[in-house]
Amino acid sequence: MEILQKAYAGTLESSDAYVEIEPGTQGIQLELNSVVSQQFGQSIRRLVEEVLTDLGVANAKLFIADRGALDCVIRARVETAVMRGKGE
Amino acid sequence: MNNKIVSSLREAIQLSGLKSGMTVSFHHHLRNGDFVLNMVMAEIARMGIRDLTVNASSLFDIHAPLLDHIKSHTVTRLLTDYMSGAIGKEISQGILETPVEFRTHGGRPSDIELGRIPIDVAFIAAPAADCMGNCSGKYGKSACGSLGYAYPDAENAKKVVVITDNLVPYPLQDWSIPETHVDYVVTVDAIGDPNGIVSGTTKITRDPVGLVMADLAAQVIRHSGLLRDGFSFQTGAGGASLAAAKFLKDIMLREKIHGSFGCGGITGYMVDMLNEGCFESLMDVQCFDLKAVESIRTNPRHQEISASHYASPSARSAVVNSLDVVILGATEVDTDFNVNVHTDSNGSIMGGSGGHSDTAAGAKLSMIIAPMFRARLPIVTDRVTCISTPGRDIDVLVTQGGIAVNPKDTELRQRLKDAGLPVVDIHDLKEKAERITGTPNKIALSDRVVANVIYRDGTLLDTIRGVNAK
Amino acid sequence: MRRSMLFIPGNTPNLLINGAYLGADALIFDLEDAVSPDEKDSARILVRNIMKYMDLRGCEVIVRINSIDTDYWKKDLDQIMTQKPDLIMLPKTGRAEDVLTADAYMSEVERRLGLAPNTVRLMPLIETALGVENAYAIASASPRVAAIFLGAEDLTADLRCKRTKGGNEIAYARSRMVSAARAAEVDVYDTPFTDVNDDEGIRVDAEYAKSLGFTGKASISPRHVGVINEVFSPSQKDIEYAYEVMDAIRQAHEQGRGAIALHGKMIDAPIVQRAKQTIAMAEEMGVGKAVHHE
Repeated sequence: MEILQKAYAGTLESSDAYVEIEPGTQGIQLELNSVVSQQFGQSIRRLVEEVLTDLGVANAKLFIADRGALDCVIRARVETAVMRGKGE
Repeated sequence: MNNKIVSSLREAIQLSGLKSGMTVSFHHHLRNGDFVLNMVMAEIARMGIRDLTVNASSLFDIHAPLLDHIKSHTVTRLLTDYMSGAIGKEISQGILETPVEFRTHGGRPSDIELGRIPIDVAFIAAPAADCMGNCSGKYGKSACGSLGYAYPDAENAKKVVVITDNLVPYPLQDWSIPETHVDYVVTVDAIGDPNGIVSGTTKITRDPVGLVMADLAAQVIRHSGLLRDGFSFQTGAGGASLAAAKFLKDIMLREKIHGSFGCGGITGYMVDMLNEGCFESLMDVQCFDLKAVESIRTNPRHQEISASHYASPSARSAVVNSLDVVILGATEVDTDFNVNVHTDSNGSIMGGSGGHSDTAAGAKLSMIIAPMFRARLPIVTDRVTCISTPGRDIDVLVTQGGIAVNPKDTELRQRLKDAGLPVVDIHDLKEKAERITGTPNKIALSDRVVANVIYRDGTLLDTIRGVNAK
Repeated sequence: MRRSMLFIPGNTPNLLINGAYLGADALIFDLEDAVSPDEKDSARILVRNIMKYMDLRGCEVIVRINSIDTDYWKKDLDQIMTQKPDLIMLPKTGRAEDVLTADAYMSEVERRLGLAPNTVRLMPLIETALGVENAYAIASASPRVAAIFLGAEDLTADLRCKRTKGGNEIAYARSRMVSAARAAEVDVYDTPFTDVNDDEGIRVDAEYAKSLGFTGKASISPRHVGVINEVFSPSQKDIEYAYEVMDAIRQAHEQGRGAIALHGKMIDAPIVQRAKQTIAMAEEMGVGKAVHHE
């Protein structure tokens, strides 16, 4: 699945995550800014890559501002950003 | 001398004999609206006095200019009971070479009175004062109500400067701090911003989880065996704590329970409880909102108390020792019930004990209200980042996912279980939260100690290490 | 047991992840009014993920999808039904045909997902004058319908009257709904009380709804949940009486008697039916046995 356009999902509210995605050419490039980066940064990165792999996204640039979102919320926000990014 | 009014702040500082290396003190009743600490420190800096110890009962974001005085070595040592996030962040990043000394609201007056932390010059912001220095917090455009935390400074400092924006004819009626302690009086345009001093009205939380916890907390009190005629109670001004007070009031009115006193930092909710017959009196060391200020000014049953009277461990007795129940907050609680209110979960300072460990030590039932997790970080940990209050003084942790009772409180545990309340083991609570959030990695802290946490009896309780600046 | 149903906005993570701790028997994840048009996609993806990964602690899950006159409702069902919610709330249901339209598509999705027919039940939301007049037809339109639900805010707008706390303006609709639901043998739920700060008002309103025959009541505020649960729970007296009824029945059967009297009153089939419901509820609340043995 290819990301065709820049897209956004989520909010900066507590327990939410804001995700920006745009087309890329060099695999997954993720910039993560999380209030819990010390405690969960690695696992969030792994999760995002897993979600993108499941959705068949091989190339994209992502920026995520995480406000302490649970995994299921991050999953949803990334998935929404991908769907919007491919123009659905 | 006809009166004690001096023409300027600078003159007062000069007359006080303040020199480099000495200690100045401040009270925090004007909270985040306080102009006085900044005004005094700016003048001191301009006068070239350096290497000072600042002993402030609490520090708020408005006091951020203090950080510059630290960087310029005007201030080299800091003693306080509480420090808000903007100040705490830089302290955690290590801008001060000597570790900050955190005390409690009871430990501070105790250590001042015992001569452990002598004060050379106390600067007392006074919403009303006369020309001889009788002063009060109850009157004037900058009214803050109680001046409780300023008493030990006034009574023990070598020199006392009263700073007011409301000079009244001598003698001020209904004074709190008498002229006998005061050396100089300075008038200024404004000692503070009323909007930052007290809230208009403190509101109970609208957060659904906060309401659920508050309801549980009220049920715990109801079934603790302590809620009977003569009941005494303290709660913080946090949203869930206030909601718990509201629910408790409903129970007390419904069951016609006549309590003895409410204590602590006082909000309009406690005033309502007084006026509706839940308590005979309020013991007020600090007012949080306009309703509390109005009440302490007009209702003789709403009494001002000094910090020592409130919580000093070396006083012959203090109000906290007569408390039945106190509701407190936490950023972290560990499985031994130790509580952290000094740092956030990343280790950065954003608080302090205030009266936390004093009331926890004194009250028969010390209850923590906290959600199972905040922004994905579980409240219950194996070991808190900083011990602010030792677990032996904490009886109950109330969360939306259940109530954990300290194993030492076997009788209370049984009472709550018999009442059908959701009692859980604190280890299970930790596990339950981590099933939702995932297990957090340990945070990395620097080796450098940036603050010492001094327990109310003067002993070192814990140290706070710095955070690694990004 | 479905005494209280709490509306949770479908695009608000903080409320979705904590919903199960707020004391409601059922959660209504709202994809309709609580979600703006440009966030419909993110809300349905979020709600699906919440349902899939969060432990909802035994709360029943209801999802309010968008109405069938929008472009959203089929996409809502496509996503949400993968997680098998207990009920779908269908807003603005005006006629039996609306139910059949949703029913047909739900059957199609169930087939696609390999689910047994009627795995996911329907709760039409009746919130127009047309819906009220067609309440029985709606309630009996399909075996998929498990309950009907009254939405008074939109209804009063449609009736061109003001929504009041006393609720005189919806008295007819309420009674009509209860009658239609009972005739069709489905449950019936009352509209939320919207003043979240009126603790006394919610009690009066809930007690009134219960007195009319409603099964339970929805809420937009967690503060109302406790009162609703209390009002729609059987009282201790009800529970004790129910056990007495069942004991009397058992004794009569053992002694081979036909007619049964308790406290001088004949026990007929509806009384037995109600006693069984009361006991089932009491046991689900965890108070049945305790009370019985006291």
